[in-house]
Amino acid sequence: MNSPYRGVDVISILDFGRRELDLIFEYADKAQKYARSKIESLKGKVVALAFFEPSTRTRFSFEVAAKRLGADVISISGEEAISTAKGENLADSVRMLDYYSDLIVIRHKYEGAAKFAAEIAVNPVINGGDGWQHHPTQAMIDLYTVLKLFGTVDGLKYALVGDLKYGRAITSFLYGLTRFKPSAVYLVSPEQLKPREEVLTKLRELGLKYEVLASLDPIIDEVDVVYVSRIQKERFPDPLEYAKVRGSYTIDLKLLSRAKPELKVLHPLPRVDEIALEVDGTAYAAYFYQASLAVPVRMALLSLILGGEL
Amino acid sequence: MSDATLTVSKIRSGTVIDHIPSGKAIEVLRILGITGREGYRMAILMNVESRKLGRKDIIKIEGKFLDAKELNLMALVAPTATINIVEEFEVRKKFRVVVPDVVEEVLKCPNSTCITNKEREPVKSIHKKVRDDPLEFQCMYCGTIVRVG
Repeated sequence: MNSPYRGVDVISILDFGRRELDLIFEYADKAQKYARSKIESLKGKVVALAFFEPSTRTRFSFEVAAKRLGADVISISGEEAISTAKGENLADSVRMLDYYSDLIVIRHKYEGAAKFAAEIAVNPVINGGDGWQHHPTQAMIDLYTVLKLFGTVDGLKYALVGDLKYGRAITSFLYGLTRFKPSAVYLVSPEQLKPREEVLTKLRELGLKYEVLASLDPIIDEVDVVYVSRIQKERFPDPLEYAKVRGSYTIDLKLLSRAKPELKVLHPLPRVDEIALEVDGTAYAAYFYQASLAVPVRMALLSLILGGEL
Repeated sequence: MSDATLTVSKIRSGTVIDHIPSGKAIEVLRILGITGREGYRMAILMNVESRKLGRKDIIKIEGKFLDAKELNLMALVAPTATINIVEEFEVRKKFRVVVPDVVEEVLKCPNSTCITNKEREPVKSIHKKVRDDPLEFQCMYCGTIVRVG
C-alpha cells in the first residue's frame, strides 16, 4: 500500500493536516466492514502496547484493532507490572519494546514521553496519551464521530465543557478543530480549568476563533456539539481545589430541554458525574457510539502506518 | 564609560562582555559555564555607570576567546550585551549577542511532569523561541512557555 503514513510517528493531532485526517476517515469507513471480523492484512506484525498509566478504552481498542488486522499484540500495563518497578528508565523500556515489535503505542503520565520514545525507537510510535498534553488518536475518533453524525465537521457550533486545562482528549479535539472550519467554538469551564495559555496562543496562531465562557447556559440553545470532559482528580495538585469544581458542569435533561433536537453530546469517557445517567437513553447521547468508533479509527491508523490493506 | 573612570586595567588578549544589565554578571558567567576555577585572569565589574543603561555590569576575561554560539546563550539573561574580542590591547571584533532560536540544555522546564524533568532519562531539554518581547521560549516536549529575563 502506498500510504503517506508508512512508518510515521503519531505524537500530536497537530502533526496532521486536513487531507491526512480525511484519508484516515476514509480508511476508518473501510475498516468498519471488519469491525466484527478478522483479516490478515497485518499478519506477522507485532504491536506493543506500553501503558504506563491506567487505560481501558484506548488499550482495549488498540488491542482489538491490531488483532482484527491479524497482528500479534504484546502489552504491559501499569508501572508495577514491568521493569520500571525495578528501577528501569523509560528509555530502556522503549528500546526493548522496539526490538520486540513493529510499532509501539505508549501512554505515560509525563508530558513529552511519547515524543521522547519516538526519538529512541526506530519503529513508529503512537501517542496513547502523555500526561495532560496530547491524545491524538482520541481526537481522530472524536472528529470522525462528528463526521458520521452530521456528515461534516465544518460549519457546526461546538461547546467544549469541563476540564480544558488538564484534559488531554479535549485539548487534542480542540487542536483537531483547527484543521476544519467550525462556525463557533465555545470554551466553557470554571476559571481554574481554563485552557493553558500556550494552547490558546496556538489556537490564535492557527486562526481558530473561540470564545471563553463560564457557563453553558447562554449558548445551549444554539450549539450542535457539546464535548464534555471529566474533571480529572489526578491532575489536581490540591484535593480541595478538586472538591470545589467537581460536579459543577453537569449535563442533564433540564439543561438539554433548551437544546436543539439535533444536538449531540460527546465524551471521551470515563465519566464520573458530568453527564447525568438520564441522558444516556436520549438521542442527544453520542458518547457510546463515539467509543464504538475507536476500533475502526485505530484499525485505519495501524493499517496506514504499518502498510496493511483494508 | 570613559577609561578615566575604570578601576580595572585593559586586558591584553581575551573577551570583554560589556553592557550586561546591572546585576546579571554572575548569571552570565553561570550560563557560560565559567566558575572562576578555570584559572583565567578575570574582572567582574558590577553596577557601574552606563550612559546607555544607567547601570551595567562588565566581564573581562584574559586569555579566553568565547565563540559566538557560547556568547549568544547569554542573550537569555543579557540581551543588551556587546562582545569585544581583544588582541594585543586592540579590539579586533565587536558584536552584539543574538538570542538563539533554539537552546539545548540551557533552560529547565518549569513543568515538574515534563519528561525532561524525569530522573535518569537520557533526554535533553530543548526550547524554541516563541516571542522576543517579552522573551519567551517553549519546551519542545511539553509545550510549557518559559519567560526569560
